[in-house]
Amino acid sequence: MRLVALIFIAMTAGALADPIPPGQKQSGYEVMSPDSRAMQDNDRTNPAMLWVNEGERLWNLPSGPGMRSCAGCHGDAPKSMAGVAARFPAFDIITGRARDLTGQIQSCRTENQKLPAFQPESRPLLSLLAYVGLQSRGVAIKPPSDLRLDVFMRSGERLFSQRMGQLNLSCKSCHDDNWGKHLGASVIPQAHPTGYPIYRLEWQNLGSLQRRLRNCLTGIRAEPYPYGAQELIDLELYMMERARGMAIETPAVRP
Amino acid sequence: MANALLDIPKSVKAGEVFTVKVVLSHVMETGYRRDISGKAIARNIIKWFSCTYGGEEIFRCDMTQAIAANPYLGFTTIATASGPMVMTWEDDEGTRYREEVQIAVAG
Repeated sequence: MRLVALIFIAMTAGALADPIPPGQKQSGYEVMSPDSRAMQDNDRTNPAMLWVNEGERLWNLPSGPGMRSCAGCHGDAPKSMAGVAARFPAFDIITGRARDLTGQIQSCRTENQKLPAFQPESRPLLSLLAYVGLQSRGVAIKPPSDLRLDVFMRSGERLFSQRMGQLNLSCKSCHDDNWGKHLGASVIPQAHPTGYPIYRLEWQNLGSLQRRLRNCLTGIRAEPYPYGAQELIDLELYMMERARGMAIETPAVRP
Repeated sequence: MANALLDIPKSVKAGEVFTVKVVLSHVMETGYRRDISGKAIARNIIKWFSCTYGGEEIFRCDMTQAIAANPYLGFTTIATASGPMVMTWEDDEGTRYREEVQIAVAG
């Protein structure tokens, strides 16, 4: 019995480590058209930089009853935020759960600046997210090795391979088993969260990973989890583990 | 929110043809959409864009609903003399935007 349990653990651990062989991991950037790549490559014309510039302004803007700014505590973002986006979601001691970067920004805003939380997908929230994310560009994704995150990681892995919706598809059905093939005219990417928040041409806007995940859920005709749902954060945690070692490219452009 | 992203060389050689690239920050709301309660969302697009160099207009365009949000424009001009390059545009709400850069022409 014990041996069976051990084998089971070994098998699941194996599955967690390597859904796609390391040598074959590929960002969505690799399968984009040259035009879309060019858009992402030039910071002076990448539309996402409009949000980054706004994020920099907000970072330094004192606000709330105590007139505190992000910079007031954290100083220069290029120094203090370097690599931060590459190691989120992280364990949050207060809630006892995994928390994503958005949750961290919201918590700073409500707890320290004493201001109401930003609306999900709102311009200021995405701007700060993009500005903080940019400071990790080129940094390899390295989820925290924190045993307390294990249960959320497992939950994320389970959700990733859970068939759902009217089309009865899981994330895995497309992004592990059929990446590189076509869905309609589009190449199925491996679904690595390397460039979020992304400027998606289809949205004509910047959007978070949660927006993208909700998009996929709607696509398979499942009911999308609400913004900030633990399921979405667990999924992100597993996806970051799945993308371990890949470079952050925030803010990315995607078709 | 910053109004625009500008990709314009700071210094150019006299007589050189150079490219001006701009991304304008704008929702370009078509006027064809409705909000969640069914109310029509008023059209709000950039109506026109103009660029002057040394006081002379070098590029101008009108825009339509068919142009996506945050429009990208690229055009070329010839470096004549050092001077300001001024970009102006106006949307349906009557907001007038303005960006200015100095072009330094060498030689």
